[in-house]
Amino acid sequence: MDAALDARNRQTMRKLLVVAAAMLGFGFAMVPIYRQYCEAVGITQGRVVGATNTQVDASRSVTVELLASSAGLPWRFEALERELRLHPGQLATVNYRVVNTLGRPVTAHAVMNAAPSYAAQYIEKQACFCFSDQTLAAGEERVMPVVFLVSPKAPKDLGTISLSYTFFESPGRAS
Amino acid sequence: MSAAAPAHGHDHSHDEHAHAHPTGLKRWLFTTNHKDIGTLYLWFSFVMFLTGGVMALLIRAELFQPGLQFVNPEFFNSLTTVHGLVMVFGAIMPAWVGFANWLIPMQIGAPDMAFPRMNNWSFWLVVPAAILLVASFFVPGGAAASGWTLYPPLIIQQGMSIDMTILAVHILGASSIMGSINIITTILNLRAPGMTLMKMPLFAWTWLITAYLLIAVMPVLAGAVTMLLTDRHFGTSFFNAAGGGDPTMFMHIFWFFGHPEVYIMILPAFGVVSAIIPAFARKPLFGYASMVYATASIAILSFIVWGHHMFTVGMPAAGNLFFMYATMLIAVPTGVKIFNWIATMWKGSMTFETPMLFSIGFLCLFTIGGFSGLVLAITPVDITLHNTYYVVAHFHYVLVSGALFAIFAGVYFWLPKWTGNMYHEGLGKLHFWLSVIGFNIAFFPQHFLGLAGMPRRIPDYALQFAEWNLWSSVGAFLFGFSQLVFLYVVIECIRSGRKCEDRPWEGADSLEWTHLPCPAPYHTFETVPEVK
Ligand code: HEM
Ligand SMILES: [Cu+2]
Repeated sequence: MDAALDARNRQTMRKLLVVAAAMLGFGFAMVPIYRQYCEAVGITQGRVVGATNTQVDASRSVTVELLASSAGLPWRFEALERELRLHPGQLATVNYRVVNTLGRPVTAHAVMNAAPSYAAQYIEKQACFCFSDQTLAAGEERVMPVVFLVSPKAPKDLGTISLSYTFFESPGRAS
Repeated sequence: MSAAAPAHGHDHSHDEHAHAHPTGLKRWLFTTNHKDIGTLYLWFSFVMFLTGGVMALLIRAELFQPGLQFVNPEFFNSLTTVHGLVMVFGAIMPAWVGFANWLIPMQIGAPDMAFPRMNNWSFWLVVPAAILLVASFFVPGGAAASGWTLYPPLIIQQGMSIDMTILAVHILGASSIMGSINIITTILNLRAPGMTLMKMPLFAWTWLITAYLLIAVMPVLAGAVTMLLTDRHFGTSFFNAAGGGDPTMFMHIFWFFGHPEVYIMILPAFGVVSAIIPAFARKPLFGYASMVYATASIAILSFIVWGHHMFTVGMPAAGNLFFMYATMLIAVPTGVKIFNWIATMWKGSMTFETPMLFSIGFLCLFTIGGFSGLVLAITPVDITLHNTYYVVAHFHYVLVSGALFAIFAGVYFWLPKWTGNMYHEGLGKLHFWLSVIGFNIAFFPQHFLGLAGMPRRIPDYALQFAEWNLWSSVGAFLFGFSQLVFLYVVIECIRSGRKCEDRPWEGADSLEWTHLPCPAPYHTFETVPEVK
């Protein structure tokens, strides 16, 4: 093969390698893009809001069922109430009890899930144990609140929301 | 009919090159010859096809009757997972790379691939990757059981077989990217004078576009599995809900790779069929230019439809609608192709040798797969059909009777070129008929099972599904064992010494037929051919 062709081939290969490298970068860039996008269209895990003055829509009410579980972690975790009824816009406080039944301190993180899933965007939280890691000493018991409201923007046919929290042991942060 | 026997090619046929070729194992280990490497890829692919086939038959044996008969559920999940991975990455993709190696240089009048040494590497990388995949069955915890789509959180929780699978995917990705760079460079820089892009056989065109797809999406898959690996071992939480990650995000990244991937497997098939149908209809391909443009638009559209694999994850309605319409749009260029193939046959003087039979089988059955794809593309319908056997039926119609049938068609078509001998036509036809019948008995009932609600990836099922599962298993065994006929035909062809003419197919008119004898000599086109 003559040298000119050889050089041309190498040139083509370099260009294609740049494309491959860029696409590798794009694969990783999908992580922040995805987060931003979900944030922008409101598919996040319940919005965190400051203390706002929302209008209470007393004309209707929504039932919120409270579920609690832990995944692969022997913590006892339960909601102190099974469910509550509230008006959209009305601030509510619910309490959860968690017990670390293990003989060692454990750090875990609670993740929220709502059913139907589109309901998640209408749950606005002011305080939640799910905002940060929770570290419990061996055998420790704790009662933790969630302060939230259901947005008055929630559609009228949204009658019941199942609000669930699951504790996962925080990866790499076990002490 | 072979009056135009290629006088040209005989110049090279005696292999009067000074350098001696190494023989035996060394020849194959160190070869940089595109034909040797093509042969290696094709045999490798066939071995993987049988390996994946054994897994499929174990699956169908278990599903023959309701209840758990032969395997435990965990192993069953490993079987479906590794069957999928082996067939996609071990059988179909390497087979197409094998075809590319054998044919592209000859079809465009080049002496070899642009980077022969890298070509050797591309092949010898896929072997350890395949070994890793298959060996993962024997490590504690068993092979990956998450499905071929490698979804977290399951895949994060399983044992070391996952690390082997991820490493295998990395290696296969590297090999595919190297192969693609080779193919693109060969096509762009090594075409004989006069061989303009728009004169290239469609097989070269479809591979050119496929190679671009590979370079665009294999790195994305590599990124996704790397994130799985760091989630497993290095405390990151890309997909791990515990650390604020999101498993749904993996689905987005995976399918951004995954949908173009299905076109990577089918575009070369379009190329092969576009070579065979004109040859046996004895008419030039209808609408060559529109074929090229249709291929390109399918490739471009394939980047914006990945959401049709995840209609049920809770995307906003606008998102679901976008992916629905975009997916349906792909049916337009695909329809153009189907139309062109039929128009090529229209009023042709057709004969029905095995390559043509497999091509017509492809045309009919791939179209059925396209239609079930359109059904699945309708969001509200997919919400009930997702993860049922209907999806399994859909993708086996496009992959088995699509990609695989085209591979068979291509093997029969070019065997004379590769071996210099003619295969046994009767046995080839037997292979075709057993395959079509077995395939349809195996997979058509799966449409009914899916519509009736049978979920995919389960080792046991409700009694109401028993009858069609029985049929499906019977068909699968028929299809599976018919492939031994294929193996026999190929070996018999190689050994028979039934010399074929230089132009065994009078209607075939690309360079490898018009300018070269059968078998193609070891070195071809070392002096550049004239292309008018
Ligand atoms: C008209 C063309 C096509 C359309 C409209 C289409 C549509 C779809 C849709 C909507 C799904 C998702 C079903 C679900 O999971 O609920 C799907 C799955 C699939 N399609 Fe297609 N498809 C088409 C062509 C193809 C082709 C040509 C191939 C491959 C050669 C292919 C391979 C697959 C595979 C492998 C899956 C299943 C992936 C999995 O979940 O494991 N499709 N298709
Ligand atoms: Cu797809």
